[in-house]
Formats: sequence, C-alpha cells, structure tokens
Amino acid sequence: MSFWTDPLKVTSDWLLGIFTGWGMPEIVAQILIGFLGIFLLVALLMVLDIFLVWIERKVVARFQDRIGPNRLGPWGLIQPFADIIKLIIKEDTTPGGADRVVYNIAPMLSMMSVLILWAVIPLAPQIIGVEDLNIGALYIIAAGAIGTLSIIMAGWSSNNKFALIGAFRQVAVMVSFEIPMLTMLLIPTIFAGSMGFNAIIQAQYPLPFFLFAPLAAVIFLIAAIAELGRAPFDMAEGESELVAGFNTEYSGMKFGMFYAGELLHAFTFGGFMGILFFGGYGLFGLEKIPALAWLNSPFIHIFVLLAKAMFGYWIIMWIKYTLMRIRIDHMLAFNWKFLTPLSFVLLMVTALMNALLKGSALWVYTLGMFLSNVVLGWIALEVARVYSRRERAKVEGLKSVAEAAQH
Amino acid sequence: MTGEQIIFLLVALFTLGSGLMVVISRNLIHAALWLVSALFGVAVTYALLSAAFLAVVQVVVYIGAIAILFIFAVMLTRKDMRDQGPQMNANWWFGAILSVAVFAGLFFLLQGWSGLAGTASAIPAGFDAIGELGDALTSPNGYVLPFEVASVLLVAALVGAVYVSFNRK
Amino acid sequence: MVPLSWYLIFAAALFSIGLFGVLSRRNAVAILLGIELMLNSVNINLAAFWRYGEDVTQMTGQVFAIIVFAVAAAEVAVGLALVISVYRRRNTVVADEINMMKW
Repeated sequence: MSFWTDPLKVTSDWLLGIFTGWGMPEIVAQILIGFLGIFLLVALLMVLDIFLVWIERKVVARFQDRIGPNRLGPWGLIQPFADIIKLIIKEDTTPGGADRVVYNIAPMLSMMSVLILWAVIPLAPQIIGVEDLNIGALYIIAAGAIGTLSIIMAGWSSNNKFALIGAFRQVAVMVSFEIPMLTMLLIPTIFAGSMGFNAIIQAQYPLPFFLFAPLAAVIFLIAAIAELGRAPFDMAEGESELVAGFNTEYSGMKFGMFYAGELLHAFTFGGFMGILFFGGYGLFGLEKIPALAWLNSPFIHIFVLLAKAMFGYWIIMWIKYTLMRIRIDHMLAFNWKFLTPLSFVLLMVTALMNALLKGSALWVYTLGMFLSNVVLGWIALEVARVYSRRERAKVEGLKSVAEAAQH
Repeated sequence: MTGEQIIFLLVALFTLGSGLMVVISRNLIHAALWLVSALFGVAVTYALLSAAFLAVVQVVVYIGAIAILFIFAVMLTRKDMRDQGPQMNANWWFGAILSVAVFAGLFFLLQGWSGLAGTASAIPAGFDAIGELGDALTSPNGYVLPFEVASVLLVAALVGAVYVSFNRK
Repeated sequence: MVPLSWYLIFAAALFSIGLFGVLSRRNAVAILLGIELMLNSVNINLAAFWRYGEDVTQMTGQVFAIIVFAVAAAEVAVGLALVISVYRRRNTVVADEINMMKW
C-alpha cells in the first residue's frame, strides 16, 4: 500500500502519526484529519468552479460564433479571477424590508447543497468522502431538497414580487422533476443490486448501463437539467421575463455563490450521468486487461471521472445554448403528463425484463434491455406525436376561425 | 461522557430548541424554517440510531416536500407579507400547563418500565439493513399489506388534496 | 453508549412541544406545524425501539416508521389543501374565526 495505490489512507495514517506524536488524543486527531480532508476537497472544487466559469463563457461564445473572453491572460484564463475580485469588492447590501437572516443564509445553503453532493461521489475505489454509503443514490435527492429550500428562502426574503414569482416557479419545477429523476435513479439500482455508487460503478464492468437503459439515461438527463434550473427549463430566471428570478435582489458575492453553485451543480450532475450510466471512474473495462494493469491507479481513475463529468457538463451546456426556453405551464405539463408516466412504465418494464432475463447470457440480456428501451421510447414518441398533432389542429382551427372573423 | 453521548445531547438540544422556536415564533415563515431545522435534527438522530435509510428519507420527504408545502401554504393564506394579530390564542397558558403535564406524565410512566436503561446491542457485521428493509416491505411474510395500503392512502390523499383545493374558474 | 431512556425522554419532550403548539396557536397552518413535530417524535420512538430491541435484524420498527412517513405526508397534503380552501371561502385562517357551525 504505497502512496500511488492508496493516497488517502497513506496520507491520513501519516498525519495521524504526526498528530498523536504531538500528544493529541486519537479521536481529536481523527476529527481534525476529517476536517482537513473536507477542506482539501472543497478547496479543489472551488478552484474547479472558477475554471468552469471560464469554460462556460468560452463554450457559449463558440456556440454563438464569437470568441469569448480573450483579453486577460492567454485565452482569457485570468478572466474568472477578475470576475471573482469584482464580486468580492462589491458592496454587500441587503434590501430594505428584506428578512435579513434568511436573505443571507439562502446563498450559503444553495452552495452547501452542491458541495455536500461530493461526499458520495467516488473519485476512485479508495477515494470517496463517506466510505461507500449504501444509500448514495437517495442522498442525491436529499441534497437537492436542501437546494430547493434555499431557492424559496431566497425568493421570499427578497421582499420583491419578481423574486417571489421566480422562486415559486423554480421550486415547482424542481419538486416536479424530482420524480422522474428519482425513478431513473432506481434503474441503475436494479442493475447493480445496490444504491451505493461504488457498487453501481463496479457492476458496470463488462458494459456500462447506458447500453442497458438508454432511455433512462435520456430521461435522467432531462430531469437533471430541470433540477439545475438551466435552459431550456430556466423559466425562473428568464432574463427577459422576470428580471433575474429569485436572483433579482442579490449582488456581489452572494450572487456569485448562486451562479458558481449553479455551474458546479451542472458539473456534478454531469458526473452523476457518468457514474450512473457511463461507468464512472472505470475506463470501460480497459483496466481489467492484465497488460494495462497500470491503469488501476487512483489518479487515472480521478482523471477518468472528471473527464466523464466534463463530457456530461458539455452536453448540458450544448443543450442550454441550443434550445429555446419552455413556458412554465408547458414545463409542468410535460413533466406530469409525459415524463412521469413514462418513467414509471420504464421502471416497471426494466424490472420485469431484469427478472425475466436475469440468468441468461450477457448479449441476450443487453439486447433484451436495449430493445425494450427503444420500443418504449418509440411508443412514447408516437403518443406525444398524436397528442401534439391534436393540439396543433386545435390551434390551427382557432386561428382560422379568428382569421375568418376578421374579414 | 462518551463522544456519542455528547453528540446526542447537542443534537437533542438543537432539535428541541428549534421545536420551541417553531411554536413560539411570531413570523410564520420563520416558524416553517425552524421546522426545517427541527426536521434536520431528527434526521441526524436517525443517523445516530444507525437507521441511515430513515435519515435520508426524512430529508427527502419532510424537508424536500412537506416543509416546502408548509412554506407555500403560509404564503398563500395571508393578505399581505406581514403577520397580523397575536399568534397565540387566549388560552395559551392552559396549553402550556397541559403540555408540561403530558411530559411529566410520560416521564413518570417511563420510569416505571424496567427496560429503560437498556443499551443497544451491536449490529451483526455485514447486516444489509436496506436489503432487510426491502424484504420486510415487500415479502408476503413481511409487511407488504401495510405497504400497499399506504400507497392507496397516498393516492387517495393526492386525489383529495387536488379536488379540495381545485380552483374552478 | 446512549441509554434508551435518553431517546425516549427526547421524544417525549418533542411531543410536548408539538402539543403546546397545537393547543396554543391561532393560525391553522401553525397548528399543523405542531402536529408535524408530534409525528416526528413518534418516529424517533419507533426508530429507537427498533435499534434497542432484542433482535436488530427484525425491521418492524423501521417499517412502522416508514408507514408513518407516508401517513404524515398524506395528512399534511390534505390538511393544507383544506386550509387553503377555507382561506378562499372565509378569507381567514385563524382557527377561532372559522366558527360557522357553532351554535
């Protein structure tokens, strides 16, 4: 067990030796080492967050056929630091009539709900915040619940009608889309037999789960984008409709916490897409080949996981900068009338197929699952198509009546 | 005083303090937010009792849904943003006496029970709490009937709540 | 080791606080907040009895607690729907003023 195979344990043992050598009781030393680990992880995440701001601005610029920040530093790399400095030196105001305590706690809770997600993400088999929490998948929803709470706190305490409406809409969307997301989290649980993330990743050794359940990956992506409050589901902070939604009265570093928290949240959900459906820190089974056994190093695992998270984040950004915003009642109708029934049916079909095909050969299992997903997706699209044709006919009918009435 | 006892005392004080603020707070939104912190304290208590699934479900169901429902209900049932009038009714002193009496009664009732000072037996190694819970909830020898009845209850509550509060334009 | 009595007394205290809320508050939503505290105290009791029972592999306590979660959620949903509906008719949620059925 050297530093290169198990860095976390080696470092913590070394620190424990030092601290007990200074005369600290062991339990205090262990708590201190725990805090140091948390501090290290949060510091690395915050630095990553700063670069996510840069990536976001460069990518949106390229999608919009321009260059993006390129003045400060090579390729504009110093730009986010300038942004942070600007936000820090802004005046820290609280609007008159606002609920001071709630107003100031809301951005902290929002950032906290994103950071605590990283406690259960396995960066490598040995590098994980909480040692294989066997309810990891459910923990994500719990952290999302705290994020939802922080948004409504922000909207209410701002004493501003635009903020309140924006917060109501955002919370309604988040609470509604938690249901398909939770149901889709159950599908890797069925395949892996456990809700713990390490177990889910280890179970993806021969084939990652998106081959078994592509429709589940798509629905999870849609629900995750709605949870994040990013376009096309960003009605709550639609800049042209609601000023800035629940963000309206926030400026300076508090706004910075909301904004950076949203980007880190998107990156984290890219990571969850990678873990649940694309094999997590595993390199698609390459590291099990004896010749490539050096790929088993935890640092390679961290790199693979972050690369998959970045890929997921890029897909989320791609969707954001391509699609138009959806109206709030269409969003909710889409969830309750289409996505939730589809996700329940998909869960039942997956459980049924899993029970039927459990003992058979791998290719039979894969083919059965994949085909069932494709068939279900096709049926869902057909239903949606029939429904939309009917809606369009109704609108066309009204329009022609209106035109006839005009003449 | 072991570490676990200290942690339990801190969590219990936090939860009881938040509960007290829930029932005393004049501003109803603050009361709902104190409820959130009380529920979070209860979730930490479940984690102390090694009931990890209950702790996470507590946060998801209570804080993620019920507390938000309370905040929405508070916002939808007021004429303006401020709270009006006294928040305790005329007989609040009687309520206080009664609740202290209930607590004293429960306390003395518990003293008469022999198993009170029991300590927790160790959980067998490799005990899959979630698997056992899933088995208990879905096996015919277990509690599948209450589980199904609870789901019917939730559907009834869903339909009832929508119907009662439906705004016929 | 935390003795069982501590958990039970903690739950009893939380129950009494919830009871005080139910009995003394004017606003109907605040009364429901007190009821939530009482349900949570009962759940703590159930979880403590599961943990401190003779057989920890018997999941009865946790199953009971989960059913209580479901019942509490259902009750809050219907209760708040009723409160909102009453507010729409009578324009008040003060429990004392909703007295149309009194003699």
